[in-house]
Amino acid sequence: MTEKKLERVGVYVCHCGSNIAGTVDVVDVAKWAQEKLGHLGVVITREYKFMCSSLGQELIEKDIKELGLTRVVVAACSPHLHEKTFRTAAKKVGLNPYLVELASIREQVSWVHTDKTVATAKAKAVVAGAVSRVIENVALDEIKVPINPNTLVVGGGIAGIQSALEIANAGFHVYLVEREPSIGGHMAQFDKTFPTLDCSACILTPRIVEAGTHPNITLLTWSDVVNVSGYVGNFHVTIRKKARFVNEELCTGCGICQEKCPKKVIDEVYEAGLGYRKAVYTPFAQAVPNFPVMDKENCTYFIKGTCKACEKFCPTGAIDFKQEDQLINIDVGNIVLATGYDLFDARRVSNYGYGRLPNVFTSLEFERLSNAAGPTSGNIVLRDGKTTPKSVGIIHCVGSRDKNFNNYCSVICCMQGLKFAHLVHERTGATVYNFYIDMRTAYKAYDEFYQRVLEEGTLFVRGKVAEVTDAARYDREKGKLVIQVEDTLAGKQRRIPVDMVILSSGLQPRHDAKEIGKLFGISCSTDGWFTEKHPKLDPVATMTEGIYIVGCAQGPKDIPSSVAQGAAASARVLDKILQKEVALEPIKATVDQDKCSGCRICNGLCPFNAIAFIADDNVSEINPALCQGCGTCVAACPAGAISGTGFSDEQIIAQIDGLLLRNLEPVGA
Amino acid sequence: MTDNFEPTIIGFTCNWCSYRAADLAGTARMKYAPNVRLIRMMCSGRLDPTFVLHALSSGADGVMITGCHPGECHYIEQNYKALRRFLLLRHVLTGLGIEPERVKLVWASAAEGARFASETTAFVEEIRRLGPLSWGKAAIKEGGRIKDDKDSSFVIHLSSFEKEVPS
Repeated sequence: MTEKKLERVGVYVCHCGSNIAGTVDVVDVAKWAQEKLGHLGVVITREYKFMCSSLGQELIEKDIKELGLTRVVVAACSPHLHEKTFRTAAKKVGLNPYLVELASIREQVSWVHTDKTVATAKAKAVVAGAVSRVIENVALDEIKVPINPNTLVVGGGIAGIQSALEIANAGFHVYLVEREPSIGGHMAQFDKTFPTLDCSACILTPRIVEAGTHPNITLLTWSDVVNVSGYVGNFHVTIRKKARFVNEELCTGCGICQEKCPKKVIDEVYEAGLGYRKAVYTPFAQAVPNFPVMDKENCTYFIKGTCKACEKFCPTGAIDFKQEDQLINIDVGNIVLATGYDLFDARRVSNYGYGRLPNVFTSLEFERLSNAAGPTSGNIVLRDGKTTPKSVGIIHCVGSRDKNFNNYCSVICCMQGLKFAHLVHERTGATVYNFYIDMRTAYKAYDEFYQRVLEEGTLFVRGKVAEVTDAARYDREKGKLVIQVEDTLAGKQRRIPVDMVILSSGLQPRHDAKEIGKLFGISCSTDGWFTEKHPKLDPVATMTEGIYIVGCAQGPKDIPSSVAQGAAASARVLDKILQKEVALEPIKATVDQDKCSGCRICNGLCPFNAIAFIADDNVSEINPALCQGCGTCVAACPAGAISGTGFSDEQIIAQIDGLLLRNLEPVGA
Repeated sequence: MTDNFEPTIIGFTCNWCSYRAADLAGTARMKYAPNVRLIRMMCSGRLDPTFVLHALSSGADGVMITGCHPGECHYIEQNYKALRRFLLLRHVLTGLGIEPERVKLVWASAAEGARFASETTAFVEEIRRLGPLSWGKAAIKEGGRIKDDKDSSFVIHLSSFEKEVPS
């Protein structure tokens, strides 16, 4: 290091308002760096209120130009937030962006420590580490790769449909993959949508038809993604198209097979267990695509080897019992995940009696019950199928805001409970009770809807329901369901007998969200929702470039928010497509072939198969297109022949030395 | 042991999980012991054990190695390689007469800011208990013998070392 020409380093310490300056003596840090880090080449240190502001950036740009700085350290926030900002600023005035380092003294110092002396001392160490490291940085050039203009959207609910349509309308091709036989998602099951009470099917159907017939959308229903490889702009995806046992080329969607199929099956998915479908079926009348699916587990032919009624009656000969699962490989540039949510299983709250007391219904069951196309043609009746309830209790927050189940608020259940109250009132004239913890009716026109339901005469009891029971204590409770609740506003216990109970169940992450996350290389929060890149400023992007999350896959939300996110992700995808190429971080490993002994230790370490052994020369070689830059081979090479750009041995050793500098040379903090 | 001993610890984090856990701890203003100074790498698999030895010989009293949980590595499986090296490193340290507890491996996902904070504080206390690192003294105390490693919470087959360790 001594024979090297000294770099000219500028150190910029940010106050971040009082975010940093409140806990770290920024003036002292700057002064210290100026006085004590001169031997490392620090020629200028400055502190400024907001380094990321345009004035702050100009300060750095001016110094680079006028003082001929060759390295820059900005002591501010996490590099994940502003590394790009400062690197771009440096690039603007001709300094290679990779010669700029961020020292995180906010997330790692001021926000997590309280003692100003200690925090200031740590900030100095962090700055020393960054200065020491930055002089070992080398100029790097971004690697540009072309973007494949095709996009994969996973999940055909309203968020995924919106996303697919936006991209398709802009003229680019979309593969829309859906696990169920039809697109439409949960919205296709609903009766009305709050707060406008639009018929859900009426507003959804045009969208699903548009998605189904769009020339730029390839619909892959009854399919799932089985493998994903590659990186932004160049993903390779394998999709398993499950056998429908119906030839899509020949099927006209006439429905005769469903009519003739002798096997009735309880429809647990679309009808929430309240209705029946056949063994060969389309989930609902407006399904897109309108080709039926054969349910192999329940089909008489697959069980007993005889029947084939559907085949006999099919006018076009589209039934094909020999069909097999198909694997389809596609290349896409970007991926939007709109995988949705699972409904909280109300059986888990055993004191509410769902599954044990017949007239306790889940929210989804009620949606089907009140839907004109549902099993009761829209008649709200008890489980016996004929009695209209005279009193109905609607319980909010089932499984949500509850330490025993999910801590979070499921967002939609209050409005859903109010919608149910209105529908019950309108259709049956029954007395309706809503049991809530807090009434959460944020967003446009929601609270007005609450007022409307109040005026309709719905009774509201503030309190968490303790129990729903059929054990009567008094005569008036006989043959009824009794809701035991503490009325926290009146300050007393109540027992309210009703005919029907509706549980406004919460939303929870898909049961397989974790595996799906792993497949696409993104992570889940502790609650299990997909993690966004930034909770406020980047809610649809993920840590993995080119993968976006929309709708309830990211967290509980209502239809307008899901649609907005679907469209937002499309804007991000279109931005990438229109740029035609994407810049990749030039963090790659390379083999110095003069040093390589051909031991092949590195060969087996690379999960991306980027390292190849060249037998003729007895050396290993790394393919930069496949290398993802993890650096495992760099650490493993016994000859030190592999070096990794951006995170070289020299940089890391220098950073260790810098971080420990304060130990060797104590400075009064 | 010195009453007012403040350990100095170097922490290695991966870019995708544990560094973001540290960021999250910051954003959520979770407080933890100020003794750990972090170095970001792309992956815990990048950790060359010599970095740890370098840190310990240059004044650090302990080293914390952090990465994504097993099965959640951004680079598929490279944190398993970090795990192997960590286990081997503990033996090397014992051989050198250094308490293997001075090096700790912590898995923390990007969502686990709280875990990052609590593990950091716990490790600082552990090192405080061990006292300042002194190569010479420690070597005599342990007699240079490998200590019983029953307290290790990791189970790994020796055969998995073979790939990386030239005999």
